[in-house]
Amino acid sequence: MTKNVEYVLKMTERKIYLDNSATTRMGPEVKKEFDKYCLEVYGNPGSFHMEGLKAKQAVADARERIAKILNCKSSELVFTSGGTESINLAIKGLAYASNGKRKQIITAKTEHHAVMHTCEFLEKKGFDIVYLDVDENGIVDIEQLKNNISDDTLLVSIMYANNEIGTIQNISEIGKICKEHKVKFHTDACQAAGYLSLDVKDLNVDLMSINGSKIYGPKGLGLLYIKTGTVIEPLIHGGGQEGNKRSGTENVPGIMAFVKSLEICEETKEKEVSRLTQLRDKLTNGILESIPKSRLNGHPSMRLPNNVNISFLDVEGEAILLYLDSNGVYASSGSACTSKTLDPSHVVVAMGVPYEYAHGSIRFTLGKETIPEDIDFVLKILPEIISNLRKISPFNVKMEGKK
Amino acid sequence: MTQLEIVGDGVGHTGKDWFYTDIVKDHFFHPRNIFKTAEEVKEFNADGVGLVGSPACGDGMKLFIKVKDDKIVDVKWQTYGCGTAIASTSAFSVMLLDKGGLSIEEALKIKPKDIADYLGGIPPRKFHCSVLADKAFREAVNDYFKKSGQLERVVEGSAKIIDKILKITDHDIEHAVLEGAYDLEAVQRKTKVGIHDKECIPIVEKLIKTYKEKYFGE
Repeated sequence: MTKNVEYVLKMTERKIYLDNSATTRMGPEVKKEFDKYCLEVYGNPGSFHMEGLKAKQAVADARERIAKILNCKSSELVFTSGGTESINLAIKGLAYASNGKRKQIITAKTEHHAVMHTCEFLEKKGFDIVYLDVDENGIVDIEQLKNNISDDTLLVSIMYANNEIGTIQNISEIGKICKEHKVKFHTDACQAAGYLSLDVKDLNVDLMSINGSKIYGPKGLGLLYIKTGTVIEPLIHGGGQEGNKRSGTENVPGIMAFVKSLEICEETKEKEVSRLTQLRDKLTNGILESIPKSRLNGHPSMRLPNNVNISFLDVEGEAILLYLDSNGVYASSGSACTSKTLDPSHVVVAMGVPYEYAHGSIRFTLGKETIPEDIDFVLKILPEIISNLRKISPFNVKMEGKK
Repeated sequence: MTQLEIVGDGVGHTGKDWFYTDIVKDHFFHPRNIFKTAEEVKEFNADGVGLVGSPACGDGMKLFIKVKDDKIVDVKWQTYGCGTAIASTSAFSVMLLDKGGLSIEEALKIKPKDIADYLGGIPPRKFHCSVLADKAFREAVNDYFKKSGQLERVVEGSAKIIDKILKITDHDIEHAVLEGAYDLEAVQRKTKVGIHDKECIPIVEKLIKTYKEKYFGE
């Protein structure tokens, strides 16, 4: 891929997409699969005729192929409309099925909004939510989990890898603690998929959410793994598809494209992880060395191979993004001004990073189309962007060590 | 090179709530009336300096003014903030120097909405980013009044305490509305107003309505 002529355009024309944790561009093989199941195999898997049967077999086959990757049974997989729905189904579905027997849900302060807001919703419905603290690198406080988990705990939900800072949690260990206490464990693996092991047995999870659009697959297609014996109430009622857990005609093109993208990610994982880790470290070190008063957010090594999240003092994130954008570089920011709530990133703040850093945080997330020249280009333009913005900034905050 | 072009409506799912007008972009990418070097700051020898905001709140603006015969004859500024904040300070500085410089009296009449209009509109959600300029200017003018011995002309902020327990003022509520808190619950999330001092809630609701009308015409 790196030497693909198609991608090696003149740098002035090339758009450098470094927002792969937001979403990814669908791969060509995946698109081909998607098209096939839009145009050629178009039946409803629930129909009683050959066209329907072809679609039904295709979906059954997809489920088997995914089960192989996740090391689970195909009956344990439910297709949804995306990561957010998978997460909602896991958490609310379990909460609704619990009949109020267990009232506590334990999660972390750095979870994705899909988890946070679902938990806040359940809090209003009478559930007791514990938000675990994280350390300065974003690692969940396991001791606090052990101290809080009890007979009243219904569910623990901890994300596998963080979408903003890329920090990877020890899911297997958390899963073990949950098992010991007979507590259900869900992990949001949306960002981990493609880079980390998805073996549900190794991970000790009961529920796991994955999103197609983060793995060069389709938007609008997610997956929830539900371990046999984990009772959840459906959120969407209807024709009883997906083992009665998620009604609605199967999104066959989405499902077929999703399984293709997941397989490609699995096949290329090892190579991609090592390639991206190198590029990630080059970008991180390059920025930290060339730009004063900058610091890395998240864990230095226990982090996704494609995630670089750096804070710059005295400048605000959105202003940096505008300059990057005008140079054809697409990234994202945890600044207040780019969020809908106008509060800086809850993830960066939860790690104890001072607000003055949180406002100036920029996330670059690399992907399979990222080439070394992209990193060189960012390293070339970024110091000047920061220095221009600092020139017009009234502040000159002193750099502090990590809290 | 392509740049962001759409003017936002700021209401969310219509897909237009983020992007800026050409005038905003022009002022952001080519800020007017800035100091080019650190030496220039010293050499400017301002008659009045006003600073509002802080690094922690994500916005900060510093205005430097030169005054002659009660007219603003020169302005420089420094801003820490997003695209809107930077563009609106730049635009404000140009507005102040219009026709050879506004009188202090005229200049004090410039409202955030005038700056937004000058910029060809900004997304309502980003409106609060443009309100610092006139506040920083008021501070700078007061600084000038104090330095030039015109103490009787100093206009102090008129913040009124609404929540007696948490000492939350009408300005705090105004700020919350500008930051996009359009109802009591949202304002409470930002300010905690009325959580303990429940008696003030009717006044808070009235203020929210007033500020919404004032800034967003809703």
